[in-house]
Amino acid sequence: MLQRAMTAGEGRTMPQEPLKTLLAQASPARSGDFLAGVAAESQEARVKAQRRLADTTLADILNEPLIDPDEDEVSALILDQHDAEAFRAIAGWSLGEFREWLLSDAATPETISALTWALTPEMVAAVSKICRNQDLIAIAKKRPVVTRFRTTVGLPGRLSVRIQPNHPTDDPRGVAASIVDGLQFGCGDAVIGINPATDSPAAMRRLLELIEELRLRLDCPVQSCVLAHVTTALDALNRGAPVDLVFQSIAGSQKANAGFGISLSMLKEAHEAALALDRGTVGRNVMYFETGQGSALSSDAHHGVDQQTMEARAYAVARAFDPLLVNTVVGFIGPEYLYDGKEITRAGLEDHFCGKLLGVPMGVDVCYTNHAEADQDDMDNLLTLLAVAGVNFVMGVPGSDDVMLNYQSTSYHDAAYVRRVLGLKAAPEFEAWAQEAGVFDANGFLSPETEGGSDRLIAQSKLLEAAE
Amino acid sequence: MGEDAKPPAAPAPDHPLKRLRAFTEARIGLGRHGAGLPTAAHLDFAEAHARARDAVHAAFDAEAIAADLRAAGHRLLRVQSQAGDRASYLRRPDLGRRLADGSREQLLTAAGEGPFDLVLIVADGLSATAVNTYAAETAKLILDRLPADWRIAPVVLAHGARVALSDPIGEALSARIALMLVGERPGLSAADSLGAYLTFGPKPGRSDAERNCVSNIRSGGFRPDAAAEKIAGLLLRARDLGLSGTRLKDDADDRIAASGTPAIGR
Repeated sequence: MLQRAMTAGEGRTMPQEPLKTLLAQASPARSGDFLAGVAAESQEARVKAQRRLADTTLADILNEPLIDPDEDEVSALILDQHDAEAFRAIAGWSLGEFREWLLSDAATPETISALTWALTPEMVAAVSKICRNQDLIAIAKKRPVVTRFRTTVGLPGRLSVRIQPNHPTDDPRGVAASIVDGLQFGCGDAVIGINPATDSPAAMRRLLELIEELRLRLDCPVQSCVLAHVTTALDALNRGAPVDLVFQSIAGSQKANAGFGISLSMLKEAHEAALALDRGTVGRNVMYFETGQGSALSSDAHHGVDQQTMEARAYAVARAFDPLLVNTVVGFIGPEYLYDGKEITRAGLEDHFCGKLLGVPMGVDVCYTNHAEADQDDMDNLLTLLAVAGVNFVMGVPGSDDVMLNYQSTSYHDAAYVRRVLGLKAAPEFEAWAQEAGVFDANGFLSPETEGGSDRLIAQSKLLEAAE
Repeated sequence: MGEDAKPPAAPAPDHPLKRLRAFTEARIGLGRHGAGLPTAAHLDFAEAHARARDAVHAAFDAEAIAADLRAAGHRLLRVQSQAGDRASYLRRPDLGRRLADGSREQLLTAAGEGPFDLVLIVADGLSATAVNTYAAETAKLILDRLPADWRIAPVVLAHGARVALSDPIGEALSARIALMLVGERPGLSAADSLGAYLTFGPKPGRSDAERNCVSNIRSGGFRPDAAAEKIAGLLLRARDLGLSGTRLKDDADDRIAASGTPAIGR
């Protein structure tokens, strides 16, 4: 195991516990870390670990890779991404000082983003562990990440929404109905993204062509994605399917990624292939990634590292491929990783914070399963907190009920609610379209339901004819 | 109410998208008030979720199931996983896959009456509601369909069980096949689905790919008699071929999905 450098004045000089142990002990309590046997044994022990962590320097963190880079390509990538030049000025900062700087007025969108490649996932995960929820919100809010394809996602004052029109058998009329339902709420400006029931190039192509036809008929600036495996997307793309975004689930270690059937070289190949299609109009961010705390542990690929730090490491993978969208599916994995509304809320805010500091266009699937101690009220709270924090996008599922994946996420109604109460608008290109379509009013907000914008949209989509 | 106040508008007529409900179970065309849900739609969702939550925390009525099976002439054993209560069951799936100490001894004693072709296990899983409602009936229907020469172990009633508890149970009894009827994770549309998991050569360490699954067993889904027919067929083939899992049956719906969907009580 590599040891941290113990340069006088630049690091701790006492005999040390391994960094991964310190990070795990300092992590706010969650069931996954207890399941892995790495959590602190008492609340006091946890805070004492947070004190030791606060005294640890950023250089200490850099100098002790949590997983051997010779055996793990994600660790190697993290070191390869690191900008030593930009790091020099902050190397000697303790994490406590780093937290204070992030909160200070000296930390502006410009000065924070200048550190994007000086920071590693472990550094941002570490500082998150000594932040309250309020800090996670206040700091993330200062770090917008803007990406583009046919819409511009992540601009301050805006909140985009993925339409998630899943169907247990991929029935085209059922999927189309869910899409139009979302569009009439002004959703879809992040992506129209379908989790397919069948992971095959032919099924993927059928769904992509369905969205393509609808998009062109409505002349709507959106991007599509079928969330099949990256190899399925490559296959479909090579056969001429209209692929906008290539999707993949990713995680924070090589072994966990192998569990998803991927490697960095496969992602690179897919990224290059999607770029070559050149289908974007306002930008060239062509990848869509999903992550979630606990995924590494669930494939026994966490290397004794706590689940929040493993999650942040996945963002190193994400940012290597200039994604349009990345979202953590925060409550999907179940109560053995995040037990209740409190743990899900904390994790959602941490993931958003860590992603943003690393320059990742972070969205959150605010969600839960029926065996978690959570309900719609918890989702309302987290959605509102994330929107205050400047989250790039959230999910829109009809009535919050995903009938294919059998879990509950945020709905079209929820997205409309949070845009209203916080005065957040859709992506500008989409906003202009929705105003033209009568979905939004002149100010860019959802028109009163009595004005018939929905009816016109439904008529234009020719959905009801298809149903006859 | 002031003089200028208008009476509230009449409820909106049916949303045009409601007609498309024929093509999807998704909650489309709900209508809205401002950005909010109509009251009925909000309470519909709340009720479905409440039913699911109640199912997760419902008590496993092992006494009633035991009485039912005993009356049909079946012998019984009761075992416990290492997950002592519901909270630790939910937090620690690893404990739900291991036998409590006394339970193992009990099974080893019963193994003396073996060898057995099959042990049928009735387990609470994530919906005791499903198990209390359908497990005894389904178990009897399956056992009735097996040939007379099958050597059947006592039916095991397992508390705090995940699917993989089949492995130590089957191993301790030296059973060739373990079949577990277990409550599936409740959904909003159904909180009472029973699942059946078949494992040939059960022993700790078996993977999901080595099991076969028949799911959604309930009156409004895969009816218990039809499910029992299918499960009995799988059992016969598993014994003939000496295997279970992906190689037993090519029908995709018989296999445990290899996708990232959260595992049902595994």
